Amino acid sequence: MHRMWAIVERELRRFRRSPMLIVMSMIMPLFQLVILGYAFGGNVKHLKVAVVDQDHGLPAVRIRELAGAVSAGARTFDTIEYADQGQALTDLRNGVVNGVLTIPPEFSRRVLTENEPRVALIQDNTDNFASGALSGSISSLLAAFNAPPTPARVAGKATLDVVEVYPYVPYIQYLLPGSICMSIFMMVMIGGGIIFIDDKARGLHEGYLVTPISKFELIAGFNVSGTIKAVIAGATIMIIGSIVAGVPQPLDPFRMLRMLLVVVVTAFALISLMFLIMVRVTDPLLPRAIFGVLNTLLYFPSGAVYPTYAFPGWMRVITSVDPFTYAVHAFKSLILKDTGIGAITGDLLYLLAFSVIAMGAATMLFKRTL
Amino acid sequence: MSMPAIDVRNIVKTFGDFTAVKGISFSVEQGEIFGLLGPNGAGKSTLIRMLTTLLPPTSGTALINGFDISKQANDVRVAIGVIPQAMTSDLELSIEENLLIYAKLYGVPRATRTRLINELLEAVELLEWRDKPVKNLSGGMRRRVEIARGLVHEPRVFFLDEPTTGLDPVSRTAVWEMLQKIKATRDLTVLITTHYMDEADRLCDRIAIVDHGQLVALDSPLKLKASIPGKNVLEVSFGNAPAGWGDRVRALPHVEEITEHDHVFRIASANGPATTLALMAAADQAGVSVNSLSVQSTTLDDVFVHYTGRALRDALQEPSAADRGMIMRR
Repeated sequence: MHRMWAIVERELRRFRRSPMLIVMSMIMPLFQLVILGYAFGGNVKHLKVAVVDQDHGLPAVRIRELAGAVSAGARTFDTIEYADQGQALTDLRNGVVNGVLTIPPEFSRRVLTENEPRVALIQDNTDNFASGALSGSISSLLAAFNAPPTPARVAGKATLDVVEVYPYVPYIQYLLPGSICMSIFMMVMIGGGIIFIDDKARGLHEGYLVTPISKFELIAGFNVSGTIKAVIAGATIMIIGSIVAGVPQPLDPFRMLRMLLVVVVTAFALISLMFLIMVRVTDPLLPRAIFGVLNTLLYFPSGAVYPTYAFPGWMRVITSVDPFTYAVHAFKSLILKDTGIGAITGDLLYLLAFSVIAMGAATMLFKRTL
Repeated sequence: MSMPAIDVRNIVKTFGDFTAVKGISFSVEQGEIFGLLGPNGAGKSTLIRMLTTLLPPTSGTALINGFDISKQANDVRVAIGVIPQAMTSDLELSIEENLLIYAKLYGVPRATRTRLINELLEAVELLEWRDKPVKNLSGGMRRRVEIARGLVHEPRVFFLDEPTTGLDPVSRTAVWEMLQKIKATRDLTVLITTHYMDEADRLCDRIAIVDHGQLVALDSPLKLKASIPGKNVLEVSFGNAPAGWGDRVRALPHVEEITEHDHVFRIASANGPATTLALMAAADQAGVSVNSLSVQSTTLDDVFVHYTGRALRDALQEPSAADRGMIMRR
């Protein structure tokens, strides 16, 4: 196996002299973590709601006061008083406002006579996030409106008490596991696949092929060196990302060690996959061309940005074989739940099995001749 | 009689419908410098790639140092050093690192590694550059690095595939001198492919001329030159040669052979000066203008023309058969 180590040494010596490669493979995941984390993670605020009061009774005033309280407090929406419903609807269609809250005539009378009083929310549903936040906020507003001034001593209705096991998870923390996987993948792509094919195109592999090195030693050498490079990228993002995302006790050494184990196993799985894909490729443009495809196919179905429970059946098939899925799950367990190794053993075993199968297949497919 | 260092037996290589090497056989004795001469696409590189185990032969085989290239490929790889046509050194690594990595790939023991690398760097005159990255070196220096790299495990047979292609004349000469120096101090058999006639003439003990995948001639440079008609070659370009002028020239004294290509006559003569005088007189008498005229001793280029029917410089312009082979393989 000493020949395998010669390949590893060669690759790492070259890697050390390409600082731009190291930096570039980390910049994209870090930018993605910060930009997406803050872009998707915040609460919806300052939506514009037209309030059309066609009733003007005391209950209607109470509704308007509650809306004003939301505007001043949670600031989910700001209210704009409209006298004319037609104008409010025109402004809704023109995008001036996000919703129209109409308090119809007779609302107060129906409230007082307990005769199914209703208010209407007409909203722009082209933006699901905004419309969901708006209808949720107005529903809460009405719940407060309906609440009795003094609660009954013995409640007759069942209520739900929610107990959250973990502290609140900001979206940037939710995104961190995917970003660590992405940094590993970037290094695997740039420092593994692309360099491998470029060397092939430049004829550098002819130099190896005339030496007595075996197929297995060659593939193992490339895999081990690629894993080391990817671990450097993944561990760096793991540390910087934990601090940037505000993970509690970001540098806890025991959790860092467990995460490093996941980084190593993930890096090995992804580099094995990469060489399996690239082992017969000769065109240096191909790895660049499939970069985006692979990124989409591995990253998004893994649950890195959205829960996998929401995926359609065919997409869950991809999720179930995607090594990213298991890496993301393991990182989520460690970062968001601070679990021990027991909770991620299944993930680690899958990634290891995946690596062995991919590396074995790559070795079989590797051509010892030109 | 000792075992040949290289024994090629009716070796054939086809790529789809295209046959790049058509049943070539020859042997190279231990210690010889053997040249494969031919234009691009003649099959030289395909042949050398088969001999160095980079391509499997379609049929036939070859023994390198007694090992079969098909059945004992790993033993062959241990016995040979190879300088491929493309520059294959790692640009980011230093000269010494390149040699060190290859010494490890060949399993050279730690105890001898440093000594061998020092000796080789001294032989290729790069000792003081040992720490420089290869990317900072000139083409000639990079070739010398590769020559040292190919010898780092002390091979018995050294293959060089067009080692001077793309180098300037000064670097080419430096590489030749380097090879001769290394050869003088080592028990080494060298097989070199080239399309430079002067290189083959100067370096090689024997030369095989390869064209269109076939061996067309094989002998020492001296014997090859002696095997064709004439001692001198006149190359003449006429301005207004009339019909039948070729026959008039053929009838001049001492002319042994005449070929014409692109209005340039190549005249093989047993007595160059006498034929030149007769030719000038005949042209003057017939009112034919002479645009250019050169007289030279027979060269390997003339040998190539004699055996292949065309000049090597023209053959070099033709599309490479290796390229055609690659296209077909894809």
